Parts: sequence; C-alpha cells; structure tokens
Amino acid sequence: MTVDTKLPYDRSYIEQFSSERNEPVWMKELRLNALEKAELLELPKPDKTKIGKWNFTRFKHVATGGKIASLKELPSEIHDFFDEENLPENIVIQRNHTVAFQQLNKDLADKGVIFTDIFTALRDHEELVKRYFMKDAVSVDEHKLTALHAALMNGGVFVYVPKNVKIEEPLQSIFWQEDAEVALINHVLVVAEENSELTYVENYISNNQDEATVANIVTEVIAQDNARISFGAVDNFAAGTTTYVNRRGVGYRNATIDWALGQMNDGNTVSENVTHLIGDGAVSNANAVTVGRGQQTQNFTAKIVQFGKNTDGQILQRGVMKDSASSIFNAIGKIEHGASGANSEQTSRVLMLSEKSRGDANPILLIEEDDVTAGHAASVGRVDPMQLYYLMSRGITKEEAERLVIHGFLDPVVRQLPIAAVKKQLKQVIERKVN
Amino acid sequence: MAGSTLEIKNLHVSIEGKEILKGVDLTVKGGEFHAIMGPNGTGKSTLASAIMGHPKYEVTEGSILLDGEDVLEMEVDERARAGLFLAMQYPSEISGVTTSDFLRSAINARREEGDEIPLMKFIKGLDSDLDFLEIDKSMATRYLNEGFSGGEKKRNEILQLMQLKPEIAILDEIDSGLDIDALKVVSKGINKMRSEDFGCLIITHYQRLLNYITPDFVHVMMQGRVVKSGGPELAQRLEAEGYDWIKEELGIEDETVEQNA
Repeated sequence: MTVDTKLPYDRSYIEQFSSERNEPVWMKELRLNALEKAELLELPKPDKTKIGKWNFTRFKHVATGGKIASLKELPSEIHDFFDEENLPENIVIQRNHTVAFQQLNKDLADKGVIFTDIFTALRDHEELVKRYFMKDAVSVDEHKLTALHAALMNGGVFVYVPKNVKIEEPLQSIFWQEDAEVALINHVLVVAEENSELTYVENYISNNQDEATVANIVTEVIAQDNARISFGAVDNFAAGTTTYVNRRGVGYRNATIDWALGQMNDGNTVSENVTHLIGDGAVSNANAVTVGRGQQTQNFTAKIVQFGKNTDGQILQRGVMKDSASSIFNAIGKIEHGASGANSEQTSRVLMLSEKSRGDANPILLIEEDDVTAGHAASVGRVDPMQLYYLMSRGITKEEAERLVIHGFLDPVVRQLPIAAVKKQLKQVIERKVN
Repeated sequence: MAGSTLEIKNLHVSIEGKEILKGVDLTVKGGEFHAIMGPNGTGKSTLASAIMGHPKYEVTEGSILLDGEDVLEMEVDERARAGLFLAMQYPSEISGVTTSDFLRSAINARREEGDEIPLMKFIKGLDSDLDFLEIDKSMATRYLNEGFSGGEKKRNEILQLMQLKPEIAILDEIDSGLDIDALKVVSKGINKMRSEDFGCLIITHYQRLLNYITPDFVHVMMQGRVVKSGGPELAQRLEAEGYDWIKEELGIEDETVEQNA
C-alpha cells in the first residue's frame, strides 16, 4: 500500500533552506537525495498499529524564536525543567528552530567537549558530524519518515565527548515548540569517544491542543569502546502533534547505553528505541514509561539487538492507560549468532484505568545462538482492589490510594531519570495526565 | 475522656453467600486489651476484616458502632480516620511506594489540609519507632512490603500502628510466622501503645503471644460466635488444656464454621 501524498516541499525549497544555513555541500546533497527517497519509500509499519492515515507530511516547516538573555526569563512551564537554586551549567534551549539560550561549562569546552545546535555543529565541526550523521545508527533510507527527516531536518543538537573525558554534570536540552503550527524535525547526535562518560537529558514540549502538526525526531547515540552514556528524556508534545520518534544507540566493546524515557505525548505517537550492542561486553538498560489518555493511539517498540559476546540487554516498559487511549508495547530482545554468553530480558507491564482504554504488551525474544540466557514477562491488568483496601485501611482516600498505586507502578522507570528536576517534572506531568 | 468504644452487636457476616459469623457480640473500650482465641476456621479473621470493611465480606445482620457512630456506613478510609486500625495477616505489597512516603500520606490523611506533618518531625518520629522495633533504617526507603520477609511485614504493621496511633487496633495473627526474638519486639511495640486512650483486639490461635502481652479479657470463638469469655486465666487454661474442654462443656463437635454445601 502506498500513500499518495505528494510532499509539500521540493528540491528548490530544500536547496534554499540548506544554503540559508550555510550547510556544507555534502549535507545539502544528503537532503536532496533523501527528498527523492521520501517520495518513493513507504511509511514504517509498527507492529499492530495502523498509521497509514496519520499526517506526517503536511506541516509548516520553519519558525524562529527570540533569544533570551538568562534562564530567569523563561516561562514557568520551562522553569519546571530545572532547579531554580541550582541552574544547569550545560544547557541548550531551542525555541522553535532557533537557539534561545545556550551555555557549556568552560572547563568542558577546554577539554574538547562539544554541545551545540546541529546547524552550528555542521559548520564548526563538519568532519565529526559527517562521520556520524545517519551512518552507523539510523539510515536515511529505512522508510519514508527517516528520509523525510533527513530532507527537512530543522533543529537539533550535537554532543561530542572526547576520549577519556568523564562529564559529571548532566548536559540538558530543552526543545520548546512555542509556535503551535510548526513541525519539529529534530536530530540529536550524541557521540561518546573511547572511555568517556556523560549524562544527557532532553525535554520536548509544545502547547498545540488544537493545531495539527508533526514531530519527526531521530536521535543517534554512539558509545565507543568503554564509553558510558546515560540518556534521559521527557517527551511532552500536546494533543495536536503527531510524533515519530526514533532513538537509536550503538554500543561498542564494553560500552553502556542506558535509556530512561518518559513518553508523555498527548498526541498519536510512534516510538522506536533500538540499541545495537556491537562490541563484546556491551550493556544497555532501556527503560520507558508512558501515560495514555484521551483518544490517543501510541506504539512503543523497544528493541535491543546483541551482536557482541557477553552482552546484556534489559528492557523495562511501563504504561498506564486511561480514557479511550490505546497503546501497543513491543519489547524485542534479539541475540545474533555468535553472541555467546549474552543475556536478554524484557518486561512490559500495563495498568488499565478505564474500560475503554486498550493496552497490549508483547515481549518478543529472537535468539540465534545457543549459549545465552533470556527471559521475559508481560502483564496487562487493573489496579488491585486488595492494594486499595490496604492503603485505605490506613485512612488514605480512594483517590489518593489510586494515585499512589499509579505513581508506584511507574516509579521503577521514573526514578532512573538522571536529573532530579526532570524527574520531578516528569512526576508532575504524570500527575496531570492521570488525574 | 478515656478513649473510644467499639461495640459489636449480633454481627452476621457472609463471604460469597456463605455465612461465617453468626452473631458476634463484643465491646472494646479505650485502655482495654482483648484477646480473641480459637482454633483455625472459627471466624476470627473474618471478624477483623468485617470491622475494617474488606470488600469481600458482607455484613448481613447486626451492627458495629464506634463511639456511637455507625461504622458499617463508613468507607474503609473513613473507618481508619475515625480511629480504627487493622494490622493485617497478609499485608499487600505496594510496588513503587516507599514505606516512608506511604506513612507520610497516611499520617497526613488524618490531618487537615495545610496542617501536614512537618518533614523533620515526621523523620524524627519514624527513626525513633524504627529503632524501637529494631528495624533497619533502610526499610523506610524500600517499597512497602515488596520483597519483605514474613517477619519484616509484621514489624512493618506494628510500625504503622505506632506511627498512626489509632484509638482501637485489631491485630490479626500478628504473631504468625514470627520467631521468638521478633515476637518479643512486636510485643514490645504493642505494649508501648497501652494507654487509657488505646483499645486493642488481639486475634491469635497461639497462647504464646499472650506470654508477652497480658490481655484484660480473653474470648474464645467457635462456629462463628464468641462462645466463652474470661480474664487472663482463661488463656492460661487454654494453653494447658487446649480447646477440648470448652467443646465438651458446650456440646460442640466441630468447632469450625460448617463447610456444608
């Protein structure tokens, strides 16, 4: 089945867009090439969710945003992302498609750490970006949306940590879609060289309840030998945004990539979080939570593919469904031939709060090697009346008891978010969504 | 004023259509410790669950009053805020909710909005009760009852009792599965609660708990009723002679609630 949607953007538009941003020639070529593919390729086919009629192609493409002089000038909804008393040292705030504010600790900059928006990176660190951009993790021609992403990318950041540099303070990005109609086609590229360490946390936020638009996000996370990356995110696009978000990791020898994703969009969402453990001894813990409400349909695929020996892949998904929301959770562990000593585990748990909501948990193991260990668990259920009875027998009201059970259900993932303020903000979002 | 009064009159309770309690009469006042004894299957735990309002138990006849207020008209949480507490035989595991967060919610549920317990005061009180019950401090940050041993769960129930300070507590087989050291600690916690303002109903089928907690009144349940009441000496005699003499005295052959279909 092909969807007959002629893209609203053509070669000359993209040439001009790229030129205005002084992009290198290879990038312009990559975009034009991707545009051709976007016309030909089909949409991805997430398991058990039909997205053929979702709008991924019609949107307003560009909006700028004003700069701000200090973090104090931000509206309160953005303030929630950090601790007033302890303002982040390393931060990029992207307002629509413009960097509104950015700073990086001087010591880190001196050590060669790069943390900047993707357009600056394309100019100032061209070779590094070229080396990794849609090469080892996500390919341009996977399907229509990856191609469209490459052709029309209009925001994003580049994070680079040189060999042996260990960053203690987190790096934080805030992608603030202030314009209700503009699409965000955001590319985040995180590269940790050998034996380096970093914590990166990103927040997406928009307020378009009624205006329809699109988010098409590709995130590539590369951990070289012995590198450790802790990646946290809270996605909070409003009901009007249809989202495709693809976060992909590649871990080499003894590398660790840990994900803690708060997937709190209110609109229809397709999320893929795939990690390839290439090197021996590589590890990934992929944790994600979501709360579905209203009429939204979502599909979450978490997948860890293990090529290296003695690799360890752990997936934990937790979802709460209310109203008429519907979500599919696919947790896939794949162990390739030769990955002896690998361990793979998937757990997907869904808590249903209403009769009309739908949740489907599918843990899947695909194993091509004998000498491995693996396990999976899945459950879809309602709040246990015995838990409510127990809590209420201590004087806690039914509403508060339910609130405790729901927050508790999500806590194993929420507690892993690396920045306290972001953890708190995620709890607030959960609170808003479940009540 | 010396505490509250819990009055149970002619209580009949069914579960899934089967009558378990067949007319229980019992009054517990502030300052009094009552023990309910009896073999397994005689309705002791049903009485505890019915008082607290367990959703599966249906009261078909009789009344429960707390200081004259109709307990049966109250939701479970209202019963607790009115002053009742049940230390459960099988406490639920609440994943993701720490013991400390849960306790603070429970304490604040009894207080007015805007008058929540100050955090430092709460932590001090909790620490002191943890110490008193010889519980490792780490329990405060562990998820409530999740992965707790049997003994830890029982101690946690008593911790909650001490923290929430109810008017009337019902302890449902708080001694089951405890070794002698744990039994002593749990008893110590219960004894510390003893005051004119606190009444307690202790359900057990072993006399040994009563070596550490001296009841003022002892009641024996059989066939879903209280069949005999007395003072502490009744517990002593049960320890020495078992239940057979009561059955003989009352002409009871099968003391359990009938299992006939």
